[in-house]
Amino acid sequence: MAALLEVRDLSKRFGGFVALEGIDLDVNQGERLGLIGPNGSGKSTLVNCLCGTLRNETGNVHFDGLAMDGLSAHRRARLGLARSFQLPRPFPSLSIADNLRIPLLYVVGARPGGGLGEAALEARAGELLAMVGLADKARRLPGDLTQIEMRKLELARAMAGEPKLLIADEAMAGLSPTEVDDILALLAQLNEAGVTIILIEHIMRAVMNFSERLVVLVAGHKIADGKPEDVIRNAAVVEAYLGQ
Amino acid sequence: MRRGDKGSAARENVAAPAPSAARRSATFLAAAVAVALLAFLAARSVGNDYVFFAGYVVLQYIVLATAWNILGGYTGYVNFGTAAFFAAGAYSSVVLHKLVPLPLVVHILVGGLVSGLIGLGVGYLTLRLRGVFFSIATLAMAVVMQTLITNWEFVGGSRGTYVIRPAAVPIVGDYIQYLFLVMALLAALAVWVARQIEGSRLGYGFATIRDDEVAAEASGVPTLRLKLIATTVSGAFMGMAGAPYPYYVTYLDPASGFNLAYAVNSIAMPLVGGTATWAGPVIGAILLGSIQQLATVTISSALNLLLVGVILVGFVIAAPNGIMGLLQKRRP
Ligand SMILES: Nc1ncnc2c1ncn2[C@@H]1O[C@H](COP(=O)(O)OP(=O)(O)OP(=O)(O)O)[C@@H](O)[C@H]1O
Ligand SMILES: [Mg+2]
Repeated sequence: MAALLEVRDLSKRFGGFVALEGIDLDVNQGERLGLIGPNGSGKSTLVNCLCGTLRNETGNVHFDGLAMDGLSAHRRARLGLARSFQLPRPFPSLSIADNLRIPLLYVVGARPGGGLGEAALEARAGELLAMVGLADKARRLPGDLTQIEMRKLELARAMAGEPKLLIADEAMAGLSPTEVDDILALLAQLNEAGVTIILIEHIMRAVMNFSERLVVLVAGHKIADGKPEDVIRNAAVVEAYLGQ
Repeated sequence: MRRGDKGSAARENVAAPAPSAARRSATFLAAAVAVALLAFLAARSVGNDYVFFAGYVVLQYIVLATAWNILGGYTGYVNFGTAAFFAAGAYSSVVLHKLVPLPLVVHILVGGLVSGLIGLGVGYLTLRLRGVFFSIATLAMAVVMQTLITNWEFVGGSRGTYVIRPAAVPIVGDYIQYLFLVMALLAALAVWVARQIEGSRLGYGFATIRDDEVAAEASGVPTLRLKLIATTVSGAFMGMAGAPYPYYVTYLDPASGFNLAYAVNSIAMPLVGGTATWAGPVIGAILLGSIQQLATVTISSALNLLLVGVILVGFVIAAPNGIMGLLQKRRP
């Protein structure tokens, strides 16, 4: 069976700076993949190329059997690719609940038979907010949230589109250990329900607990890909982290 | 305005609005039309034609400010080229008048079509421009259009052209009264459309464009298509506001059709009233429009733009969210 996500020879430059080079990556349906790497190694850039926010110069991405090349970000979102932004990007003029209404209207609602009535929209937004512990903030504006709450909102908004693949880009930075566990449990629960998950994290405890497979990026290159316990013993990986 | 999102409505199975929402929107339209008719009757009861001449300008500004706000307020794209869209409507009316004079309502539809297409074109050409770059592009477009019209002899070139208006219309009576009535109804329609957009899927999409286009795309919003819808609808209403104008002035030249006052007022009025909802541009247009009409009779029209500028600066400093913003802050 073909992988859910297939990345072949993907490269991305910013001017003369090579942010990603020759990335090959397969992610299987239902997998829990951890993606790690030092700061500036290109993790977020990879997410942006996968989701259509940035255009990669070379290489291609297949998702769910479809070529993603040239597809706009909103098309990819509708096909089931969701991501949270590392630096939260809420819609500041919309209430927290209305922030979730957007993917409900434009991702879920854009799928055949996905249109939700007003009551269903409200209910679904409330459900998602309860899942990330923001139920009491539904009517507030994003400006009233703390950075940590905004990360939860990011995650809820990504989940709202009922994706096939969810990429969480450092959704847990700054969270307390119990909050990290809550989010991990939430992601595990989504995964149980069939959602494939790529977790980008610096918190090693979380990554090691969660991931079935670990991929390491260093300076735009993939240097390791395998079982987490093998990968963290890999000489190149150890050197990359100690070398910092 | 859901229907504006045509392609997607069919493909994407948009949920129909709840019946109560449909009823509320019908009630709003009926109320807006009733207000327009009341304004007409009130103007009539004064028994002075000047009321119609002055009132027409204020109503025209309600349409222009509302149209501007659909793009500028809802999606955050600031259009400096209102005068060009307005003039495109006015000049399509002149062309029609010279070729085949048709009923005014047809002129308005044609003016709306022409300016809507210009809006679509401007949208296409400026899709990748954001912020001030978009604004400058609209300004450039206005300059180019004015140059074209100035050199087009058929519509009078730089000298301008006379448009003889019919003396009277059956039932309504004097033609200026008819123009007033038509513009009042057009204002009701524009405000209704703006309000329809606000609570709809389209309106939420517009708001995400204003807030963060990258995040909007990631949440499934087709930002480019929505921008085109906004430039088209906004342009169309500006053109509709311009179409009756040749009959109002009876003499149209590029200097009056492309007057700076349209661009300045259509921006200042929503900002003073508040850009978040349909009520803001209406309040701003009535307030600033009336002040300018008063100043024109009491002092001179030369001061109008200065007056608008001073009021605008005052609001930007003291009430950045406009009058509606002040009112909402009062309420807990
Ligand atoms: N839009 C951009 N323009 C220019 N350079 C960029 C841009 N985005 C990222 N970069 C550069 O590309 C490199 C990779 O950045 P990226 O954000 O992908 O790293 P990361 O692995 O996500 O790091 P972190 O762990 O800090 O989030 C960095 O050197 C960054 O400065
Ligand atoms: Mg990053």
